[in-house]
Amino acid sequence: MALAAAIPTALPVPAIPVRQILPYAVFAGIISLIALYFVGAEQGALAVFEGTTVHELVHDARHLLGFPCH
Amino acid sequence: MPLTDTETDAPPVAATLSVRSLLVWGLLAGLVGGLLAFGFASAFGEPSVERSIAIEEAGSGGHSHGEEHATGDAHDHGAPAEEEEEVVSRAFQSTGGLGIGAVAYGLGLGGLFSLAFAFAYGRVGSLSPRATSLAVAGLGYLAVVLVPFLTYPANPPAVGNPDTIGDRTGLFFGMVAISLALLVSAVATARALAPRIGGWWSTVVGGVGYAVVVTVIAKLLPTFQEVPDGFPGSLLWEFRIASLGTSAVLWSGIGITFAALLHRGLTRTRVA
Repeated sequence: MALAAAIPTALPVPAIPVRQILPYAVFAGIISLIALYFVGAEQGALAVFEGTTVHELVHDARHLLGFPCH
Repeated sequence: MPLTDTETDAPPVAATLSVRSLLVWGLLAGLVGGLLAFGFASAFGEPSVERSIAIEEAGSGGHSHGEEHATGDAHDHGAPAEEEEEVVSRAFQSTGGLGIGAVAYGLGLGGLFSLAFAFAYGRVGSLSPRATSLAVAGLGYLAVVLVPFLTYPANPPAVGNPDTIGDRTGLFFGMVAISLALLVSAVATARALAPRIGGWWSTVVGGVGYAVVVTVIAKLLPTFQEVPDGFPGSLLWEFRIASLGTSAVLWSGIGITFAALLHRGLTRTRVA
């Protein structure tokens, strides 16, 4: 992929080829989404773990970040 | 930090970006953003959360926090044995818990932010690295926070019917996904149109297109009016503004910190 040629010359640093981003995007993307899920929704509408500990621990952050809590 | 520095703005000749360093900078930016959001939420969000919980416990019904849980709730709120017990004390929920939640969320968002930056940089106009960082943060806040918030506003404790938590959660996440997908389509459309109609009009088409489509979809989705009678309007307003502010601090913290780390990394490479 000769991407560098397609980039406007004004850019000081070339864009990163998509092929290079993808593996990171898939792996880190999934890990990050899991982190967001635990703060935003776990033990609310859905639950991976039983109980209310996660819900109560992140309760205030969940409300203030705008997620439906209960 | 101003967008145009005088001495350090010379483009690094041999500098390249790797996804690995972007991820590291994204996580650091997420940590900073999460801590700043925690500070903002503690100072300006907690008072309204505490007052809402006081109203909730004064008997306006609904759901209470840790002290007792109505059985048969549509949502999973724990085994009956835990009904009488607070698993996490309110004192810790409002301090340590808020901090853990904000920082964990910040780290996750920072990681995703760096990946979004990796895709956006060099592909949306000819913005500099730092300007791209701020543009991704600004557009991300618009699509992921503001538009979903305007569709399904954040609610303090005591507001919200536990029976609809499943629908509300699904629709809220659905709205985030729709809004984000529309934003990406709008940017791609603008980019495709730019050679034919120019940067100005392609940006207008993308922006207006996003606004029109997202508004129509938001109006077609079901709404929930679950504010209990007698819940003070001023308190609801205070909580919702604090919620928007917390996210604004988080996203701008990530955008600015990421831009600063990025610039430092790129200019360092040049010196080395």
